[in-house]
Amino acid sequence: MNYEFDWSSIPGSLPFLWEGMKISLEITAIAVVVGIVWGTLLAMMRLSPVKPLSWFAAGYVNLFRAIPLVMVLLWFFLIVPQVLRGAFNLDPNTDVRLTSAMIGFALFESAYYSEIIRAGIQSVPKGQVAAASALGMSYAQAMRLVVLPQAFRNMVPLLLTQAIVLFQDTSLVYVSALADFFGAAYKVGDRDGRLVELLLFAGAVYFVLCFSLSQVVRRLQKRMATV
Amino acid sequence: MSYNWNWGIFGSPVPTGDTTYLGWMLSGLQTTILLSLSAWVIALALGSLMGVLRTVPHKGLSGIAAAYVEVFRNIPLLVQLFIWYFVLPEVLPFGLGERFKQDLSPLAQQFLSAMVCLGFFTSARVCEQVRSGINSLPRGQKNAGLALGFTLPQTYRHVLLPMAFRLVIPPLTSEFLNIFKNSAVCSTIGLLELAAQGRQLVDYTAQPYESFIAVTLLYLLINVVVMLLMRVIENRSRVPGYIGGK
Repeated sequence: MNYEFDWSSIPGSLPFLWEGMKISLEITAIAVVVGIVWGTLLAMMRLSPVKPLSWFAAGYVNLFRAIPLVMVLLWFFLIVPQVLRGAFNLDPNTDVRLTSAMIGFALFESAYYSEIIRAGIQSVPKGQVAAASALGMSYAQAMRLVVLPQAFRNMVPLLLTQAIVLFQDTSLVYVSALADFFGAAYKVGDRDGRLVELLLFAGAVYFVLCFSLSQVVRRLQKRMATV
Repeated sequence: MSYNWNWGIFGSPVPTGDTTYLGWMLSGLQTTILLSLSAWVIALALGSLMGVLRTVPHKGLSGIAAAYVEVFRNIPLLVQLFIWYFVLPEVLPFGLGERFKQDLSPLAQQFLSAMVCLGFFTSARVCEQVRSGINSLPRGQKNAGLALGFTLPQTYRHVLLPMAFRLVIPPLTSEFLNIFKNSAVCSTIGLLELAAQGRQLVDYTAQPYESFIAVTLLYLLINVVVMLLMRVIENRSRVPGYIGGK
């Protein structure tokens, strides 16, 4: 092994890398929130007795789950800027890549969240819905007050695990040259001719973050399982 | 919005003149399929091995397998790919890295890195499926094997694995689908697979919608074909007596 490591370009670029990390976290946060809300709606549509709604939800989920995330992002970087500029009369030079990435991730992840949530709803015993309607609750009330609270409680570990996966996936905004954490690390490495060190550093940071989070999730799962 | 649709673009020749844009698409499709299938072979072999190691009654071995899974699951695929492609050739000992960079064509370098990367990445997931398959078998199966005088490796070979593999085929189907989708990430190191050909076509023709629609449809096609194929395999390998069995 004759490669000489030189880690000296990392300390000075930490502020730049942190800016990138903030973008990664922002995209993750938006996508998780929108994904859970829209995913819940999709799951309820999918399970609803109204056929067109359930067809729409099934089509949406299956379509997004069949296309690679890279392709979805490329689509959104193509379409979203045009739509936004048309709708808000933006200056053609406005940078809407971050917005496009957020919208793309949010809509893409909703499909995955909706499958988790659907499984969660289906894991609630049927008697609960029957009991709720026997008490005179409407379908919406039964969902909101009886089914969803129990379903979400069971789903928390899975939703968090999906958030970890999502955080890792945000590195793919690289295809739009947006400087998220990975993009920033790549840029610094490219600039200083220290790609090897910066890539290893980025890998280590992702590993430490995701591994510790997944340990937290595991603990949570054990604790909730005993209740 | 005024967009000039031009589906005839696929029939027109590329600047170098040796093929049409449709030819580019098809060669991209071919690379995607070749890459995914060869990576799947690695994933299945390594994943099964690690999955078995995770369940053996030996702290050291199961610890190694557990660490292996954590490493490959907690680093983004893109970062792993760049490490295989940019970092590994620099740090490989015995001049192997030099030989990788000098003796192989750029295409071979990209393909090899992408294949190994996807294979290892997916193997960690296959490992977890195989492990849960083995763990889902009743305890008595292993004990019965041992009581009959089988050694532990024999018990795995003749009793546990034949059952476990049949049980994990449905979850492995989704990993198999994922490997095709994940192969799109390899366009980032310049490998001209399907997604990369789509982007290249946009650069050359400025017809993004036709190109992306074609690429998306081809991915959907791959998806459908794989699902139909796996359904046949699932039907043939079902275990009688289980839920979802014959």
